[in-house]
Amino acid sequence: MSREWEMVVGLEVHCELSTATKLFCSSRNVFGDEPNTNVCPVCLGLPGSLPVLNAGAVELAMRVGDALHCEIRPSIFHRKNYFYPDMPKDYQISQYDEPINVAGWLELADGSRVGIERAHLEEDTGKTTHVGRGGRIHEATESLVDYNRAGVPLLEIVSAPDIRSADQARVYVGELRGILIATGASDARMEEGSLRVDANVSVRPAGSAELGTRAEIKNMNSLRSLGRAIEHEAERQVALLEAGEPVAQETRHWNEVEGRTSSLRSKEEAYDYRYFPEPDLLPVAPDPAWISKVRASAATLPAERRAQLSAAASDDGKADGEVPAGLVATLVELDLDGLVLGAIDAGAEPKLAVNRAANEAAARPDAARKLDPRAFAALLSMETSGRLSATQAKTVLGVMLEDGGDPADIARGRGFEGLSEEALAGVVDSVLAANPGEWQRFQDGDPKVSQFLVGQVMRETRGKANGKAVMALLAARKG
Amino acid sequence: MSEAVLALAQAVRHGDRSARELTEERLAAIATAEPEVHAFNLVTADAARAEADEVDRRVAAGEDVGPLAGLPVALKDNICTRGVPTTCSSRILDGWRPPYDATVVTRLRSAGAVIVGKTNLDEFAMGSSTENSAFGPTRNPHDPSRVPGGSSGGSAAAVAAGFVPMALGSDTGGSIRQPAALCGVVGVKPTYGVVSRYGLVAFASSLDQIGPLTGSVADAAALLEVVAGHDPEDSTSLAEPAPTVTSVLGDGVDGMRVGVVAELIDGVAPDVAARVRQAADALSSAGARVDEASVPAAVHGLSAYYLIAPAEASSNLARYDGVRYGLRVEAPDITAMYTATRSAGFGSEVKRRIMLGTYALSAGYYDAYYGQAQRVRTLIIRSFDAAYARFDALLAPTTPTTAFALGAKTADPLAMYLTDVCTVPSSLAGHPAMSVPFGSGDDGMPVGVQVLAPARGEAVMFRVGAALEALAPGPTGVDAVRSRREAVR
Repeated sequence: MSREWEMVVGLEVHCELSTATKLFCSSRNVFGDEPNTNVCPVCLGLPGSLPVLNAGAVELAMRVGDALHCEIRPSIFHRKNYFYPDMPKDYQISQYDEPINVAGWLELADGSRVGIERAHLEEDTGKTTHVGRGGRIHEATESLVDYNRAGVPLLEIVSAPDIRSADQARVYVGELRGILIATGASDARMEEGSLRVDANVSVRPAGSAELGTRAEIKNMNSLRSLGRAIEHEAERQVALLEAGEPVAQETRHWNEVEGRTSSLRSKEEAYDYRYFPEPDLLPVAPDPAWISKVRASAATLPAERRAQLSAAASDDGKADGEVPAGLVATLVELDLDGLVLGAIDAGAEPKLAVNRAANEAAARPDAARKLDPRAFAALLSMETSGRLSATQAKTVLGVMLEDGGDPADIARGRGFEGLSEEALAGVVDSVLAANPGEWQRFQDGDPKVSQFLVGQVMRETRGKANGKAVMALLAARKG
Repeated sequence: MSEAVLALAQAVRHGDRSARELTEERLAAIATAEPEVHAFNLVTADAARAEADEVDRRVAAGEDVGPLAGLPVALKDNICTRGVPTTCSSRILDGWRPPYDATVVTRLRSAGAVIVGKTNLDEFAMGSSTENSAFGPTRNPHDPSRVPGGSSGGSAAAVAAGFVPMALGSDTGGSIRQPAALCGVVGVKPTYGVVSRYGLVAFASSLDQIGPLTGSVADAAALLEVVAGHDPEDSTSLAEPAPTVTSVLGDGVDGMRVGVVAELIDGVAPDVAARVRQAADALSSAGARVDEASVPAAVHGLSAYYLIAPAEASSNLARYDGVRYGLRVEAPDITAMYTATRSAGFGSEVKRRIMLGTYALSAGYYDAYYGQAQRVRTLIIRSFDAAYARFDALLAPTTPTTAFALGAKTADPLAMYLTDVCTVPSSLAGHPAMSVPFGSGDDGMPVGVQVLAPARGEAVMFRVGAALEALAPGPTGVDAVRSRREAVR
């Protein structure tokens, strides 16, 4: 975008909460089951059925609200009325003008803050699949509806229009994902639809304080398409304005294949949702004791986890000791910081632990999260000690991620084992015999000569020896 | 009548009478007179026989079968029964069988009651005469040329005609009390939240309550105690046990402060007003301190009600769209299918209220209509609170007139709405109210007197109701029907 223009973006993120059961009934809340198996009269909206609020969903909403520095407040559910075949009641129960979380903020890694206007609870709809010709309802010959998702608890997190670039939008969603995962509120998987993002995009002359007319973009199913869609939409609006044409306030659809947005419905056709307070539910007023309990058991959030990992992984005081922020962020995002911290605790060399985790383990994060940090540390020290080459260490790590197991056993099984202690002792003895003068100086307490002796052992073993082990042997021989 | 009915349950519990025998008697009565009355949408004779046999088997096995052992009960056809059609007297639910029982049905069954069928109603409980049924009107057993009232007209008529000793109805703005008055039976709308709405097909959720229609106050008390009490499946259900009402029936009204609501007695037919005054005098002679009471905001009840109830109905009835169950009229696209299905499936009164409610909630009109109606509702609650600061219970007519002729008001919706003018205020307040038969009007048709009480004031209300019943002139309920019919012959 040219310098004369500034984009203004606000995001609405819908995330499915990881409760055991749905928002208003005891049907199971799981992704990927056989269609229409996790349903009951309540989530199907059958005549006579009534919603009963799931306290677990309220608690997760409060956890996220707390992590986003929101005010947690008494709230009311409303009905949002519109017709759609995947909505069993033809209204959605949602929080409208009195949401549970208001007025918070989220700090990004670069220190910028994005305001959070609200984070409210609502129920998800069913899922329709349109069969035949195009994938849209008006082109379909048949529409299949799966109500397993109907009634799944959603938290809709609405940001202030504080975002100024597509990059910042991506970083914001990434950071939010981290918080949702850290709080245990959601698995936040965009590809499974448990995290969905709508973007409100407008542009204005740079430096202007007024907001331009905005368009809402829907249907972006990855961070990449979110960025592309925002970029494209802002450019489209700039082109319109520069041509002297107005921007219409409307809802637009992102077409991933064509890489452009198209009009879905204009404001004139916008639904009148006829909100009114849901008479089947009581107001939700979490009492102060409950809120304090949630606050007291708050999870460690990504920003703090990044700080912890950076500190643990950095060499003391050295200028080059900083671990790259990108690697740290990736590890926290993939929830692998615990593995690295555990390995460092167990004696692993910090930077190597970060690198192996971020480069090798990160390719298989689910398996990596199950690794025993002590086994990971043992593998890394086999590498630092020279018992394994870097290539061999990566191979062993691959096996550990695949099948688990002890790194020493795996290395032995593959014939990677370097030197036995016995063999090393033999090499040390022969080096001492070959260098009597140096040996004498070592025994006399000259510290400099130890590096020469270790170097000789390394040369003899072609680098396979563990330096610490050699030093230990020298010390033992000195007596 | 009351003692007779509860004595029947006792006899079944002791094995002196069989549930099957009681059921066969009622089924025979239904077979004789139902064609004229049309109280039922469906008589589940075979299922009733099987349930009765099960009760008898359990009695023989020495089990406690519950306080309503073997008593035949009819259910308004907007109360869900597992596997049995629940129609709401609407075409739109064509073929639908609920996969579950309403909470009240579960409680009735565990109290030993035998369910004999589903009674007719105004479609989705919208109406005051049971003429808005897709399956044809119910007739008043006292005089088949007249309406039974509504919307629980089928349940009221089933009790008045002697088909069943007790029935359940639902009351949103008077739908239990008004037909109870017009059919000469007892009808009770409990405090909102006392009886679970789980399984009651919603009309206006913030007003709907299930309640008893019976031949006597004692029967109503027994039935209420069975179906009432907290239900975790209904968030609006009060977190407390069922009110104790059977044990207070003989406590009398000595020293009780009873007010006659001036605003509700003004404008009703002189013969009905006269009966209410007579009831007040009778209570006074029984020791109550009776005075005139004022509930000024009550006069706005009907206007507020006809905004709030349609608004909620427009939302509650959106689910009948032809997508998942019930009627579907095929059409080229989804919007056309919705339109065709709803056009064919709903009757004109339901459509009228959906339109009214949609308008009242729509952007730009919400505050002027729905919002204003909610403010009026608050005023009504305050107005009642002021009255209850002075009185333990209030007295009012249940209806402005006795039962009117079939077809008399069908062309004039506003005239029909006005028949609920006396019952609507306590519905908006969520307070309990009951109608007790008290003599008859100039035309010989039953008159009901309404007893109102503050929220959770069921015990006080039943004390006054029982006193009124004892003081009432002439026979009531089924006995009144019998004597009136004999007089005609």
